[in-house]
Amino acid sequence: MPKNPNIKKVLVIGSGPIVIGQAAEFDYAGTQACRSLKEEGMEVVLLNSNPATIMTDKDIADRVYIEPLTVEVVEQLIQKEKPDSVLPTLGGQAGLNLAMELEEKGFLKENNVRLIGTTAQTIKKAEDRQEFKDTMEKIGEPVAASLVVHDVQAGIDFTNKIGYPVVLRPAYTLGGSGGGIAYNEEELIEILSNGLRLSRVGEVLVERCIAGWKEIEYEVMRDSVGNCITVCNMENIDPVGVHTGDSIVVAPSQTLGDKEYQMLRTSALNIITELGITGGCNVQYALNPDSFEYCVIEVNPRVSRSSALASKATGYPIAKVAAKIALGYTLDEIPNAITGKTYASFEPMLDYCVVKIPRLPFDKFISAKRTLTTQMKATGEVMSICNNFEGALMKAIRSLEQHVDSLMSYDFSHLSKDELIEELHIVDDMRIWRIAEAIRQGISYDEIHEITKIDVWFIDKLAILVEMEQALQAKELDEDLLREAKRLEFPDYLVAKLAGKTEEEVKALRKQYDITAAYKMVDTCAAEFAATTPYYYSVYGGENEAVETNDRKKVLVLGSGPIRIGQGIEFDFCSVHCTWAFKKEGYETIIINNNPETVSTDFDIADKLYFEPLTPEDVENIVNIEHPDGAVVQFGGQTAIKLTEALLKMGVPILGTSAENVDAAEDRELFDEILEQCEIPRPKGHTVFTAEEAKKAANELGYPVLVRPSYVLGGQGMQIAISDEDVDEFIGIINRIAQEHPILVDKYLQGKEIEVDAVCDGTDILIPGIMEHIERAGVHSGDSISVYPAQSISQHAKDTIVEYTKRLARSLHVIGMINIQFIVCGEDVYVIEVNPRSSRTVPYISKVTGIPIVPLATKVILGHTIRELGYEPGLQREADYIAIKMPVFSFEKIRGADIALGPEMKSTGECLGIAKTFNEALYKAFLGAGINLPKYKNMIITVKDEDKEDIVPIAQRFQALGYKIYATRNTAKALNENGVNAIRTNKIEQPSPNLMDLILGHKIDLVIDTPSQGVEHSKDGFVIRRNAIETGVNVLTSLDTATALVTSLENTDVKKLTLIDIATIDKR
Amino acid sequence: MMKAFLILEDGHVFTGTSIGSQKEVISEIVFNTSMTGYLEVLTDPSYAGQAVCMTYPLIGNYGICYDDQESLRPWPDGYIVRELSRLPSNFRCQDTIQNFLKKFDIPGIAGIDTRALTKILREKGTMNGMITTNENYHLDEIIPKLKAYNTGKVVEKVTCSEKSVLKGEGFKVALLDLGAKNNIARSLNERGCEVTIYPALTTAEEILAANPDGIMLSNGPGDPKECVSIIKEIKKLYDSNVPIFAICLGHQLMALATGADTHKMKYGHRGGNHPVKDLATGRVYISSQNHGYVVDTDTLDPNVAVPAFVNVNDGTNEGLKYVGKNIFTVQFHPEACPGPQDSGYLFDRFLEMMGGNK
Repeated sequence: MPKNPNIKKVLVIGSGPIVIGQAAEFDYAGTQACRSLKEEGMEVVLLNSNPATIMTDKDIADRVYIEPLTVEVVEQLIQKEKPDSVLPTLGGQAGLNLAMELEEKGFLKENNVRLIGTTAQTIKKAEDRQEFKDTMEKIGEPVAASLVVHDVQAGIDFTNKIGYPVVLRPAYTLGGSGGGIAYNEEELIEILSNGLRLSRVGEVLVERCIAGWKEIEYEVMRDSVGNCITVCNMENIDPVGVHTGDSIVVAPSQTLGDKEYQMLRTSALNIITELGITGGCNVQYALNPDSFEYCVIEVNPRVSRSSALASKATGYPIAKVAAKIALGYTLDEIPNAITGKTYASFEPMLDYCVVKIPRLPFDKFISAKRTLTTQMKATGEVMSICNNFEGALMKAIRSLEQHVDSLMSYDFSHLSKDELIEELHIVDDMRIWRIAEAIRQGISYDEIHEITKIDVWFIDKLAILVEMEQALQAKELDEDLLREAKRLEFPDYLVAKLAGKTEEEVKALRKQYDITAAYKMVDTCAAEFAATTPYYYSVYGGENEAVETNDRKKVLVLGSGPIRIGQGIEFDFCSVHCTWAFKKEGYETIIINNNPETVSTDFDIADKLYFEPLTPEDVENIVNIEHPDGAVVQFGGQTAIKLTEALLKMGVPILGTSAENVDAAEDRELFDEILEQCEIPRPKGHTVFTAEEAKKAANELGYPVLVRPSYVLGGQGMQIAISDEDVDEFIGIINRIAQEHPILVDKYLQGKEIEVDAVCDGTDILIPGIMEHIERAGVHSGDSISVYPAQSISQHAKDTIVEYTKRLARSLHVIGMINIQFIVCGEDVYVIEVNPRSSRTVPYISKVTGIPIVPLATKVILGHTIRELGYEPGLQREADYIAIKMPVFSFEKIRGADIALGPEMKSTGECLGIAKTFNEALYKAFLGAGINLPKYKNMIITVKDEDKEDIVPIAQRFQALGYKIYATRNTAKALNENGVNAIRTNKIEQPSPNLMDLILGHKIDLVIDTPSQGVEHSKDGFVIRRNAIETGVNVLTSLDTATALVTSLENTDVKKLTLIDIATIDKR
Repeated sequence: MMKAFLILEDGHVFTGTSIGSQKEVISEIVFNTSMTGYLEVLTDPSYAGQAVCMTYPLIGNYGICYDDQESLRPWPDGYIVRELSRLPSNFRCQDTIQNFLKKFDIPGIAGIDTRALTKILREKGTMNGMITTNENYHLDEIIPKLKAYNTGKVVEKVTCSEKSVLKGEGFKVALLDLGAKNNIARSLNERGCEVTIYPALTTAEEILAANPDGIMLSNGPGDPKECVSIIKEIKKLYDSNVPIFAICLGHQLMALATGADTHKMKYGHRGGNHPVKDLATGRVYISSQNHGYVVDTDTLDPNVAVPAFVNVNDGTNEGLKYVGKNIFTVQFHPEACPGPQDSGYLFDRFLEMMGGNK
């Protein structure tokens, strides 16, 4: 069936800020879909509040709105842009929920807009717990015994009937928010009442626990005439009980026979048919490992994280095909872009094995519980491909960038056998390492399986890796052993370490025996047809299919690896734009990356894609084949920067700022020299190695001081210390993380924090704009609200900033991007940090100024000057808009994480508020971040003593807005003495009614809680903040944020938002 | 671990390790892209006279469950894999594939670059090869032997030796066993049919004498044109007006019996992912396939047979509807095993056809 001629203008809804459970995969899907729609001549209107995405580029969509994802905004946008269709299935749960609300209200019908890609009825059948259950029963697909409940008592009654444990799944939430497994009544009450609150419709499914069964997923496609195919199936190594987003997943399934495989495949096709889905769909199953019994766990009637993974694992572009289906095409009409010979109605066949490992944020949230449950916690993931499972697992492990490279990376050898058996019950991110130790200690497969329920096939594979570790330690490293170690993807340095040799010796041996990495193609068809798309993975032992090309100059673009706190989707934005810019300049482009969720790993972004770990050895293997003319490292975040030295050793020129200058910015002493030469002040500080030295330095500087390891990302390990005790504790924490670099102790200055991204061509600089942080210094820049253009600093300070930027960029011989953070105290400007690379704020500032910074920097790297490119050097004219970048957190997902903001970054994503006025921009930014107030007009204030004075005006303003203020004793006293009517409330440890009762009563809009600094942070505050977050209450831990919020509440009316098409902002 | 070699008639040699029997074999080398169902592939009689390379690299993961056999023994002359799992795991697992190959004296080779082999077969077409453990092979002696190899009349090797009956209360179906996979009879039997399975060389008269409600022609191995006498009998079945459903080799033989031609494909279709389009409805189904020969659409007499299914990828014929007859035939495998069950509805269509005749 050809495309529907009535579809001409399509509104695509994105997924909003990156949060746990809804991450970069939706930018990948959305970008692919928009390109697919434009290919068909559609006019695309895009709505997404997330400025860090590629989909919100004006080259991707025709009209781009970076506005809050609320019903009001979508309604207003539909009335403004008058699209004929809305495509809601690419924006994850957020987009789907919005579409549902519009449909239910009848708004779409009234405005003659059709939903394409899916119908409201389909969404309801798949998402509404009861309807889903009824539908499954109707077609005879088994689901676990369950009941949808709307109150806690009903849940208790039902569970008493079916028995503990039970799984609780709130309806319409992201990544299983608020779900969990309850083993007893106490847990049931806790999780259930929480889930009821978090569900958009106040319903939770109570379900028979099938924990321990195999968890299997199918990705299915269906078109409007009913043709169905499965793209891929996947098996979770972690059995049911761990959210699939937190599980180690393998594709295709490994332990299913054809009977089981086809049984579930047929079931998945029956389900997608009955639901009437047109597009992509994900079906999750629990399969009893001891029979053919299975249950359908859930169906996602849209593209999902799993579909992004399946797309990358197979080469089948699910989102692209889904978009074409939405326009009316059938599967047999859509060509397969990889083979050019087959069609989308072809099921991919893999001749390799794919392993995905989640990237969990426990390195950021040291206090958090590492336990994995049905509530997703991962911020990102890595994928690897190999022709054996062991190799794929090894490659995935070293792709994580969490100081892990093998099954020896977490040491459990101190545990006795009995202790180990006990610890095997722990389900967390270190489980496979415990299993490896159990294998070393001779615990039987059966016993390990009995406890973990992980299939013995996987346990045996772990054992093969353990045996190789032992063989390398015990045996002579002969050709056969080395060949086998490499087949299992043991990196050279690890082989060397185990075999008692040097890495160079191992390399020499490999050369002697001709053991080299070969590259195979991901071609969707197991080599049955010749493929045209160069998408490669490495194996040892086999024919190399990657051919060196020499017709054009060739550049290597290093990606940024898994999405983690501190290094998010922004860096993928930069990598992709850099790649495109090189292409435009006539270069052949090669991307190396390992993140399946991103646009950069889509097979048609670069000329060649290598899906590989980003370690020196893996990169070198590619370099040996491709011999690139140069590599760019400044766009792939710290991951790429870390590879600079290794690339130089391989003889690959670094394009742009040279390696020594990168080093100069990061090396404290070199950097101090440069600052001195440039006559730029910075907060006084020292480089130290021990706690004693640190304390000495701190006392000399005077407390408070900032303590941090050098070479850090997102402020990892950075803390403000106010006493010697603090210093001792922080140094202890820093040294717990592998630490090869010195520790920096700086005087802590409390002033305005300012950030600048600039492009430098060696002579001139271009600054698109100056950004000011709302929170004063001390809160990590990634967690601060950032305002462009800067509002509260003087012209003199701005001039100084421009001047310092110029001096620094020149002294560091920056060619390309530089990011500088300043502190402004009055008229004094200090430099606190310089990153000779692209930063987190680049996508945001590019979009709001209309200056394409990454392509510009790329051209500069290639030798063009800023003037040649048509720009007047220096600070660019300020835009007519105020644009505010608001951090977004995922605290409710991470049990036990402290939400107090500080120098260590904690946010997972961001959204934008853009408007003609500061107040409206601020309001939009808060709205986009999900802070939609007022609701009940009740709030709690509890602040540390230093803030008692500053809180008064804020409280007065909230009171003026009609807020009823509850406060703990001291805060209440301070407020009441200053004319604010604060109701004194008991602290948590005091008898009820206390703060906790207020929070749990769900009538609280907001908690303002500023924790006291240093180690002496109150346990009380921590508990208040956690409970507030977990019950869905907004918590602010900085008075600056609170001021901003009250300002926004005072000034704007939601109905009157002005929507701004970013695509029309063009400064050129 | 003993070394083994796979020698192709174009002179390529792959070195790997020996699996299963260590005897030397010459056979036609083909590849199958199914990711699961290695036992069903091994026990599919259509592979008689061939050595199969599995493109999926991890084979044997769930071991051997004898219930899943599509016939009583494995038929390929040789087996070619990247890696055999050392520890199979499945609740139904009864044996390892290593033991299974040894038990039936099937030689094989593991540890070779199966993707590279597949690419050779794709580029140059299916060719003959040898699996041997003899390190002192001489290519100049072996290659002429490889070129001379021909699968020959394999149907007679794989068909049952005597008639048997699967009891049922419904339609009486005569199944001509040309190398039938068990699931054909099972699919009919599950739908209530009483299935009488006849050896391939049974005469049409004998089959028709039993007065069946319908006749099922099965899949089978080899070049259809080798089945000269069977084709003659099938022509008589065609003339009988008894409803006929045919799969794979049966489909090809019916075409040959009614005047059309077949030809050998470059490297055939073997796997579980081939899209076929039902030309009557426009619907596309993913099918299980295993064939190296195909009916030449150009040679069809439109008064006799018209295409009913077509392969979406390469446009080759996947099924025929016979004009004025209760006969339809398909090139793919609606009985699945291994592979997708999407076209199982064709057995229902056959039942309707038999009902319509009553």
